[in-house]
Amino acid sequence: MSKNVPEVTRRRSATGLLALAALLGVGAALVYAAQATLSSYVVTLLALMFLNIALAVSLTVTNGFAGLFSLGHPAFMTIGGYIAAVLTYPPARKDFMLPDLPAVLLTNQIPLLPALLAGGIIAAILAFLVGLPVLRLKGHYLAVATLGLIVIVQGLATNWSGLTRGGSGLNGIPRLTDIWWCFGFAALAIYVALRLKFSSLGRAMMATRENAMAAELSGVSTYRVRMLAFVIGAFFAAVAGGLMVHLITVVTPKTYSVVLAFNLIAMVVIGGSGSVFGAVLAAIALTGISEAARPLEESLNLYGLSQVIVALALILVLFFRPNGIMGGAEPRLLRRLF
Amino acid sequence: MSGPSVIQASNLTRRFGGLVAVEDYSLDLRERELVGLIGPNGAGKTTAFNLLTGITKLSSGRIVIAGEDMTGRAPNRLAQRGVARTFQNIRLFADLSVLENIMCGGHMRYGSSFFPTILQLPSFRRAEAKIARQARDIAELTDLAAIADRRAGDLSYGDQRRVEIARALAGEPRALLLDEPAAGLNPAETETLVGLIGKINTDLKVAVLVVEHDMHLVMGLCQRIQVLNRGKLIADGTPAEVQSSPAVIEAYLGTRRSAKTHA
Repeated sequence: MSKNVPEVTRRRSATGLLALAALLGVGAALVYAAQATLSSYVVTLLALMFLNIALAVSLTVTNGFAGLFSLGHPAFMTIGGYIAAVLTYPPARKDFMLPDLPAVLLTNQIPLLPALLAGGIIAAILAFLVGLPVLRLKGHYLAVATLGLIVIVQGLATNWSGLTRGGSGLNGIPRLTDIWWCFGFAALAIYVALRLKFSSLGRAMMATRENAMAAELSGVSTYRVRMLAFVIGAFFAAVAGGLMVHLITVVTPKTYSVVLAFNLIAMVVIGGSGSVFGAVLAAIALTGISEAARPLEESLNLYGLSQVIVALALILVLFFRPNGIMGGAEPRLLRRLF
Repeated sequence: MSGPSVIQASNLTRRFGGLVAVEDYSLDLRERELVGLIGPNGAGKTTAFNLLTGITKLSSGRIVIAGEDMTGRAPNRLAQRGVARTFQNIRLFADLSVLENIMCGGHMRYGSSFFPTILQLPSFRRAEAKIARQARDIAELTDLAAIADRRAGDLSYGDQRRVEIARALAGEPRALLLDEPAAGLNPAETETLVGLIGKINTDLKVAVLVVEHDMHLVMGLCQRIQVLNRGKLIADGTPAEVQSSPAVIEAYLGTRRSAKTHA
């Protein structure tokens, strides 16, 4: 390490690293215990919860830090999901499921990690291309553009049947993901978000959110900062999508829809726009509520009840705590670690 | 006393449809100079500031900052070249703390990019330490150290004005443009502000251009004064020269004849 780093900073970062490792260890122990004691159904549920955490946290970077109103997560998840699925699909099954694939894709199969990264990178490039014109505009154009993106991606997934098998989607995707992948990915998302938040770059994002003109005149390229926040969100969404299809083993054009965008926005807003910890709490709570509502939906024949509960929770939070549970802040412990 | 030019603006013109907001405005702001820009309401002072900082696009004219032609460049490029400003209606990052506001000002000079930040590279650590240290020094200078951890949006008007100035200083500007810094301040706060502007000018060697309605403040503080009226420069000289200029007197008080018609 360089000599120029002050002693205090170095020592603090060393203990910080230890504390982070300890935190990660505790999480891992809990995951291990859950896997050992709980039913596989509950473990899968927990894995989905971790993915929701990663999604909510990545949306916190885009919508919370940089103040962009992106609804694009489902679109990027669909892209990441399909790309990862096609890349990991066993060639033996591709012959009859996806006979029209280009030869390279038809005969090859790659491991999960590079497949996830491929999906993430392609989604990031797409986000960049969408952002190129849209992020120059002021106001909520991004919301409209990303809403359109969901529709376009769904349309592509439905009609580009050579690559996607059309409306019936892909099933029998190898179950390559487990709770460990999801746990690790959620930890990575939280880590990246918090590192950003407590850095000069993250402050530049928040400055752009607070007052774009003042940020610009403080020398911040608001365009580049917004682009970065949008692209990071897209990358994480796509990788989460890839992980999710390898957990539930199915992907269809409708798997990730506008409803999901709404749920994720609700998590960010309920948690407190800009608070990573808040997003984590809200993701846990909303995943839990949706699952708890499922038996009720079935026995009372009230399908959509969980949606109603989420919407109600959102309204109540906006009414009583307009800044969300955490109001943009992090608990003191996290602030000290990062 | 006239050092090299910091801002050399020539014949700046801005039309909004048929209205000419600023016409042929020129400024040669030199190192360590402290210049006042005054004029009646609607004279185009804020538009002139917006042109000088790149917020408003020029209809015509040329802006050279520290020897480099910056005409038509984005506002953040002009800021990076060394032009900082404050706003008539304060623009802070309300939800961030005072210290964070100041640190944002230092981002363009020392901030790290994405991967060094995420990977905690030594270069990132050094930069963060530098930004924090500089922000603390500036908070000290601007008398904000005691309230450095408060949320900027919760501060009093006078404190908010100082935070804006402090944030501008963190970008290590060559020139600082202050848009009505004393507006809404009480006499004691104004006095502190005048002292601070003097310190910025002499100790930090930052050239200052200040728009102000408080004549007393402008006349006492500035070495040179420009007067705008209806978008045009009608005087440019020492306070004494400006005060005795017939064109200036006319702009502020009207002519004898129009005074009569009003009466």
